[in-house]
Amino acid sequence: MRFGVVTFPGSCDDADARLACSLVGDVVQLWHADRDLKGVDAVVIPGGFSYGDHLRVGAIARFAPVMMEIDTYARVGGPVLGICNGFQVLCEAGLLPGALLPNASLRFAMRQTAVQVQTTDCAWTRGCDMGEVLSIPAKHFAGRYYASQPVLDEMEERGQVALRYVADPVPNGSLDGIAGVCNAFGNVLGLMPHPEHAVDDLCGGADGLRLFRSATMVPSL
Amino acid sequence: MGDPVRARVLIRPKAGILDPQGQTVERALPALGFAGVSNVHVGRLVELDVEDPSLLPAMCEALLANPLIEDYEIVE
Repeated sequence: MRFGVVTFPGSCDDADARLACSLVGDVVQLWHADRDLKGVDAVVIPGGFSYGDHLRVGAIARFAPVMMEIDTYARVGGPVLGICNGFQVLCEAGLLPGALLPNASLRFAMRQTAVQVQTTDCAWTRGCDMGEVLSIPAKHFAGRYYASQPVLDEMEERGQVALRYVADPVPNGSLDGIAGVCNAFGNVLGLMPHPEHAVDDLCGGADGLRLFRSATMVPSL
Repeated sequence: MGDPVRARVLIRPKAGILDPQGQTVERALPALGFAGVSNVHVGRLVELDVEDPSLLPAMCEALLANPLIEDYEIVE
């Protein structure tokens, strides 16, 4: 199992994402200007501030050459995980529904969050238990998930709300406490908390590894 | 293509979506003694010289605005 972790100008969590992947498989770095995915079995778009967050978070990264490849890869069922800024990029690219707005508090939110698994019918949560609560740190300014009510209803119906904050109030004002969203086929997941920062008990917990390990598992029929 | 035309694109949060920036400004004004201000919204302005203004709506849809969360208004 070989993961590819994208590095955009301004990515800053790519090193931790590569470390997390290396604990469950092999990993290669994908550069923003790459025009092929080097034959990887799964792609991780890490957190950070791609292209300086200019215009809107994730808006410019969407047009990077590597994103054209990831778009095709995701649309044929390739597993893609977007963390924080990666989640924002996937929404801007139209690979996930909705958008991420500045936190309702207008403050940078940095804390350990508890998120509950809402579906295991997803490449990145299939190794989790339904309803399981994962302890994962979050750190973001624009993490307020928004989608219109008809889209939210459709997502609920299809089981696309993958992760929900347990805490009340939620750290960023996300609609319905949404922390993570998957696409209709379950191969693309985006989430605001950082599973790549929770991969070792020495550093506060390893719950984040559950997501990376899920991608290495064969789906059960 | 003719000479470039100066265009402005006004981008604002869609009605009904929580706008904490607008709320913050609205709360700050009375604190400075400016009474009678309501419905404050904060958006952004993009100014550009464009040879073919008919492309502006497509530019807005593709990049300048995110139509899921923002409305745009083109002022030539």
